[in-house]
Amino acid sequence: MSGHESSYTPTNAFTKWLDTRLPLVRFAQDTAINFPTPKNLNYWYTFGGILAVCLVIQILTGIILAMHYEASVDGAFASVERIMRDVPYGWLLRYIHANGASMFFLAVYIHMFRGLYYGSYKAPREVLWILGCVIYLLMMATAFLGYMLPWGQMSYHGANVITSLFGAIPLIGESLQTWILGGPSIGNQTLQRFFSLHYLLPFMIAGAVILHVWALHVPGNNNPTGVEVQDVAKDTVPFHPYYTVKDAFAIVIFLIMFAVFVFYAPNVLGHADNYIEANPLVTPAHIVPEWYLLPFYAILRAITFDLGPIPAKLLGVIFMFAAIAVLFILPWLDTSKVKSMRYRPVAKQFFFGFVAVCLLLGWCGAANPDDAVIPALQGDPKLVVSYTADGQEATSEYKGGGEAYIDAKRFMESLPADANPSLSAVPAPTFMFRHFSLILTFCYFGFFVLLFFLGLTEKPKELPESIHKSVLKRHKASASAVPAE
Amino acid sequence: MKAFRILTAGLAGLMIAASAHAAGGAAHPHEPEEGWPFEGVTGQFDQASLQRGYQVYQEVCSSCHSMKLLSYRNLGDPGGPFYDEAYPNPNDNPYVKALAAQNEILSPTPNEVGDYDFRPATPADTFRSPYANDSAARAANGGAVPPDLSVIYKARHDGASYVYSLLAGYPDEDVFSERVVAEASDGGTPDDPSDDTPAEVQTVIDASKLHIGHGDDHYEGYLIQNAGQYYNPYMPGDTVPQFEGDPRHAPPGGFLAMPPQLVPGRVEYSDGTEATIDQMAYDVAQFLAWAGEPKQTNRKSLGLAVMVYFGILAILLWFSYKRIWRNVEH
Amino acid sequence: MTDTPAHEHGEMIDDDRRNFIHIATGAVAFGGAAMFAWAAVDQWNPAADTKAASALDVDVSKIPLGGEIRVLIGGKPFFVRHRTAAEIAAADSVNVATLRDPETDDARLRPKADGSLNPAILVTSGSCTHLGCVPVGPAQGNTGDFGGWYCPCHGSHYDTSGRIRKGPAPTNLPVPDYNYVSDSVINISL
Repeated sequence: MSGHESSYTPTNAFTKWLDTRLPLVRFAQDTAINFPTPKNLNYWYTFGGILAVCLVIQILTGIILAMHYEASVDGAFASVERIMRDVPYGWLLRYIHANGASMFFLAVYIHMFRGLYYGSYKAPREVLWILGCVIYLLMMATAFLGYMLPWGQMSYHGANVITSLFGAIPLIGESLQTWILGGPSIGNQTLQRFFSLHYLLPFMIAGAVILHVWALHVPGNNNPTGVEVQDVAKDTVPFHPYYTVKDAFAIVIFLIMFAVFVFYAPNVLGHADNYIEANPLVTPAHIVPEWYLLPFYAILRAITFDLGPIPAKLLGVIFMFAAIAVLFILPWLDTSKVKSMRYRPVAKQFFFGFVAVCLLLGWCGAANPDDAVIPALQGDPKLVVSYTADGQEATSEYKGGGEAYIDAKRFMESLPADANPSLSAVPAPTFMFRHFSLILTFCYFGFFVLLFFLGLTEKPKELPESIHKSVLKRHKASASAVPAE
Repeated sequence: MKAFRILTAGLAGLMIAASAHAAGGAAHPHEPEEGWPFEGVTGQFDQASLQRGYQVYQEVCSSCHSMKLLSYRNLGDPGGPFYDEAYPNPNDNPYVKALAAQNEILSPTPNEVGDYDFRPATPADTFRSPYANDSAARAANGGAVPPDLSVIYKARHDGASYVYSLLAGYPDEDVFSERVVAEASDGGTPDDPSDDTPAEVQTVIDASKLHIGHGDDHYEGYLIQNAGQYYNPYMPGDTVPQFEGDPRHAPPGGFLAMPPQLVPGRVEYSDGTEATIDQMAYDVAQFLAWAGEPKQTNRKSLGLAVMVYFGILAILLWFSYKRIWRNVEH
Repeated sequence: MTDTPAHEHGEMIDDDRRNFIHIATGAVAFGGAAMFAWAAVDQWNPAADTKAASALDVDVSKIPLGGEIRVLIGGKPFFVRHRTAAEIAAADSVNVATLRDPETDDARLRPKADGSLNPAILVTSGSCTHLGCVPVGPAQGNTGDFGGWYCPCHGSHYDTSGRIRKGPAPTNLPVPDYNYVSDSVINISL
């Protein structure tokens, strides 16, 4: 981590001795204490620290839960409930772990959108961004594996759906799926390997986080202006105590929200069906992943058409993985030289539009694809009488309120006995979530295409000369009553 | 840009609201008029109601529904129905021991000659299961396995209100009538009983007489109730295929295999409370809410302390932060 | 760039470090971490179901004279021995003062419901007090030098009352909590 000169001087004999053998204290001083950090970082920049806390909490509570959990199809569900009932403070540790996953994702999404807004993925921070995407992928894998462990209905059938995605891959798909499951279907062997990997992956995340922090310390932090540090003395402050205390404050505010979920709404982010033990013979009526995967689930379901030789099932999987893969090439998709959207008036509008698209995709992911997006705009269903006349299938439609039913009934009675009529209600055509998610899917990918062309044509606002000047300017503008020191 | 931000915030709210979706087609479960005593930040279970609820479970539900995750000792846990301060260890509580001993269970360990004996349960034993396994349960209940009730409170959206509404929500007697679909026939030979066919009778519900929850919705038509199926407006399902009437205005709910269980006076409460349908449904729903998450009152009270702690820490950190940054423009 | 930022701000931070607000904040934060650590440590304690499964009824009438049965309670072994008259006499005749862990045979028995002792039935822990091995007894054909039990791990000899007589074990085999539910059934608990 050679981003700046080392400012550490050993003071006593022992630290001098240690410094020439293992410069551990120097390393800590340079990376966590004295590291020069831009002084204009706002609260959106505290989410890195918050995420570190999330990871530690998840690993800590996870290791504890693994001491009590039983990875077997007969014992898993009961062992999770035993943790909640009989293990001292087990309910607390399990609720922290379960809600911790949601909090982790909430923080990572804010962290990612922040990076997107301030252009933190651009040179010289491409590797930093890609490592972040790797962490995000590992997080999704870990969360998916962990969701299976309580062995509830959603665990089982969710895992069934996701592993079936691999079955869509041509040629090798089915063998791959069987290999992942270790059998023709999800069974004890699947649960055991998922448990093993769920234990392993967080440590791989921790490893990737170390690389991520390393890649951060080489170029140093980006900042809300997107202008690189020019004068370390004027533009930066040492990480400790300035950002340790700011991060700590943000972490505690975040933990308050975390605690509200753990203590007062521990199951609100989950699904009631997951408290029913897995039953391979009955799939829940409405199967959805956890909230943090909903946008991708919506993209998966939005694709219902074949494209040339590619069947819809495979195309959906391709689009879903492409939605994540596009993040990896983002540093080269965005052609603008300006980092921060503060100085990109047009791109900024599209950025907020992109956030809205992601949230709406999540909404679509949670909804039934055939439901109306706006039920108030959907007309009354029409009544259809199906019957046989002269050996042919025929239908007769009736629209309107109560009188339509009377008309339909009268018509049915007028038919001959062998017509075998049946009455059904057909919903009026409307704008359904299926359609909405397709539009949103194109908006999602469109944003990245747009970034490419926007960078070539957009006229950015004037950039500040330095971080220091930008801070001074803001202070003069907003707080002229307080004399600057 | 402001507008975009507001839009984004609004959408986030919408998403949260949408994710708490209701079960399809069933009437929304309602809580008792006075609410549940265990809800809210400082809510506590009503111990007398929990005791009555256990009695209802024991005398009514337990003949079909298991509660495999509960042990008799749980009844004497702090916060439980029969907790007694004199016995911090529920295994020593004589009342709990007596309640356990009322149940004959198959011993989980073999005797000296390798057989499994029936013996009275001890507090350490789990609740007696009415059936040896799912197959036995299915066979005894017309193909439908009565669900285990241990965590039914968490396994249903708004669990306590769901149980309460469902148990007390079966239609009144006056909506049912019998309808002859096919007349009885003597097969053409009045003297020969061997070719007789009895009349085919259908049970129908007059939907116009249904009163569901506190709603004013009115339904016109007849619901056909097949043998072994019972209509309940709070059961998730679809009534359209069995509804004779406008399919666009079919009553909410569905059919389940459990007939109405609660009739006034079905149990005789030992504390003298009148056993109305509403009272029994209320008590057993509260008992199941406790059984589903016995630690929920501890959770909420610890939560209060944690909130206060984090509040103090946040204030201290804020001043610490202000002090450290006081000389730096940022 | 001659001054590093740490140096520039160094003095300011240093005289601030002893400020009350920072100390208070640190102390409160540490307190909270300690409380969480308490929960993380407490979960190692036996769970409620483990504690509950710690008592057992044993029918002593079926033990052959001179034999013993071994039972597990919460995973721990216990011996229930039906002693012969000779073994009882041997246990009674020892001069207690000469023992490493002085205890009379009567002190190692528990009364029946009517208050009388039943010297025929001896109940002891099944773990050698040295390092926890399970001693061999009459069923294994080796009762040691004093007719009781012999621990094969490090050679401790127990007499017919389960008292240590020879070898490295420091104390007698402990007598667990038990009581006579009836004349023939005892309830042993941890």
